[in-house]
Amino acid sequence: MNSHQGNFVRASMIEAAPAPIQTGGLAYWLRKNLFATPKDTALTIISLLVLAWLVPPAVQWLFIDAAWTGGGRGVCATVAQGGSQPDGWSGACWAFVNAKFDQFLFGRYPIEERWRPALVGILFVLFLTPMLIPKVPYKNINAILLLAVLPILALILLPGGWFGLPFVETPLWGGLMVTLVLSFVGIAVSLPLGILLALGRRSTMPVIKMLCTFFIEVVRGIPLITVLFMASVMLPLFLPQGVTFDKFLRALIGVSFFASAYMAEVVRGGLQAIGKGQYEGADSLGLSYWQKMNLIVLPQALKLVIPGIVNTFIGLFKDTSLVSIIGMFDLLGIVRLNFSDANWASAVTPISGLIFAGFIFWLFCFGMSRYSGFMERVLDTSHKR
Amino acid sequence: MARSILTALVGAAVMGIGAHAASAATLDDVKAKGFVQCGVNTGLAGFAAPDASGNWSGFDVDYCKAIAAAIFADGTKVKYTPTSAKERFPALQSGEVDVLARNTTWTINRDTALGFNFRPVNYYDGQGFMVRKGLNVKSALELSGAAVCVQTGTTTELNLADYFKANNLQYNPVVFEKLEEVNAAYDAGRCDVYTTDQSGLYSLRLTLSKPDDHMILPEIISKEPLGPAVRQGDDQWFDIVSWVHYALIQAEEFGVTQANIEEMKKSTNPDVQRFLGVEADSKIGTDLGLTNEWAVNIIKAVGNYGEVFDRNIGAGSPLKIERGLNALWSKGGIQYAPPVR
Repeated sequence: MNSHQGNFVRASMIEAAPAPIQTGGLAYWLRKNLFATPKDTALTIISLLVLAWLVPPAVQWLFIDAAWTGGGRGVCATVAQGGSQPDGWSGACWAFVNAKFDQFLFGRYPIEERWRPALVGILFVLFLTPMLIPKVPYKNINAILLLAVLPILALILLPGGWFGLPFVETPLWGGLMVTLVLSFVGIAVSLPLGILLALGRRSTMPVIKMLCTFFIEVVRGIPLITVLFMASVMLPLFLPQGVTFDKFLRALIGVSFFASAYMAEVVRGGLQAIGKGQYEGADSLGLSYWQKMNLIVLPQALKLVIPGIVNTFIGLFKDTSLVSIIGMFDLLGIVRLNFSDANWASAVTPISGLIFAGFIFWLFCFGMSRYSGFMERVLDTSHKR
Repeated sequence: MARSILTALVGAAVMGIGAHAASAATLDDVKAKGFVQCGVNTGLAGFAAPDASGNWSGFDVDYCKAIAAAIFADGTKVKYTPTSAKERFPALQSGEVDVLARNTTWTINRDTALGFNFRPVNYYDGQGFMVRKGLNVKSALELSGAAVCVQTGTTTELNLADYFKANNLQYNPVVFEKLEEVNAAYDAGRCDVYTTDQSGLYSLRLTLSKPDDHMILPEIISKEPLGPAVRQGDDQWFDIVSWVHYALIQAEEFGVTQANIEEMKKSTNPDVQRFLGVEADSKIGTDLGLTNEWAVNIIKAVGNYGEVFDRNIGAGSPLKIERGLNALWSKGGIQYAPPVR
């Protein structure tokens, strides 16, 4: 190279010139995405108009006009309604949510014992977060902590009655705590049970196949709300007086079984998508049934059905609010229960409470959905389009 | 085959109910358990609703506390079972609750066929109509062709149908399952008329966006005597629940309140002495299966009827319901207690 020290050779690279206006920058992006054709332009303008029509009033109602603090219905009612707001006022009543926030989290759980569910919640987040991040090591210990130690701790801490902790009966539980306990147990039970049921339904052993098919079809064929209602209203009529099963336990079992049946069908869909060659290949290697399933079939099948599995989880999470028909108050139930508090009765209380409950449900469901998208990308090996 | 299974199931259910009805001594059960299991509403302003710290409070809830106070001298020994309109009767029949204090209307059907006992009426309610003032309606008889918002599964819905049929009026029912849905629909103008018990109309007015634009029509189209219900076949328990109410009324009549109860025990009035169980050789409570201090304990826990009413639904509450029919008999109402002697 040194022999070619002609003046015409540059020693360094020229700075990259900015892209021509037609291929870069904000103007290009706008033109390409929003105003490419007359049709696009029309759609863009209509969308902007709709947003301009919807967003400012929503922001005004939700934030600017909202009543944020206060100790009673007065702050959320107009003068005509016996409150302090000017006539014609309408805004979100966040003061209601603020005042009832602890109840929305814990229900009627005794105030001096609320550190117990709070501690379980913190431990849950501590154990779950590293579990969800693929790079964090020690997944085995983590799994034991999350799936064995935490449930045992929760079983000791939440109801109490051991180690000098006062007993807190389940009718006092409520709010987000009930929603999360039901969902976590439902999810933790339904995935393994669903996989077993799906394998059983595809089994060549007739009795197992029949039992699994029967379970799945019966459970899937009855609405959950019917089962909860039967268990709550009719079951006690058949039992001797005074013999009652815990309502919360009934709901837990009902929700778990239901989710398992749905999960089984999702997993079965994945199992059917795996080519026969994979099964035969595993057989020809001399693998046992469980080795074949664990090492060859299930890893491929489950990866395929991640969207379906998460779909079931999200459905399960939202189905937990059905327990309010048997007198258990989950997040939605406790929010609605508080509408009947005359000290907070106002025109905007119910809608504010429902928006809050909807937002919390959305947070959890959206979180699950984003995480499932992330897992699909991490596990993606061949199905990229 | 299917039919014989069904018959067997129904038979078992009926026998089960029969067996429950026959089993007596709820008081002994309650004393053994250490608390009263009380069926309440799943949320009705003023009658059963959570307070700031999440504890149940309200008019019906105070009746549960009063019963517990009469038995245990401690108004906190209650466990509440929130029941929906459909759930409440099976809950009482099956023994899941000991007493139902859930703004339940006393009807002949419930008293006989369903196997319950009602006696005291703790709140005389009646179904009324609320309309927008803009309609220029002065009487319910002018409501022909109106769209009426009503909650389904209640006696309200049936009374509405009867009233309009009896008066040859047409109407379009707009029915909802949940109270707050009915409220929202009426406030949004989906119907011209709202009908429910008058106590409910008062709490609804609190939540309307323009309360002054609405008026309550003068017609009361039904009698809704609300009271605590118990299972048939246990007279002692029935007596206790009944006399808890009468004690509350009697206390108001005597002017005995939560504040002055200790002074009143020193009263020289023989009626008051007898009522409070301080008379010599008193058997006023032991005959009920309780202690002679039972009335004192009730008043210490919740106050007299007037105090319970004011605190939860009357002048001292946001609902501000008038006493009306629920005033004492001596003050123009019909609340009356048999003599305590």
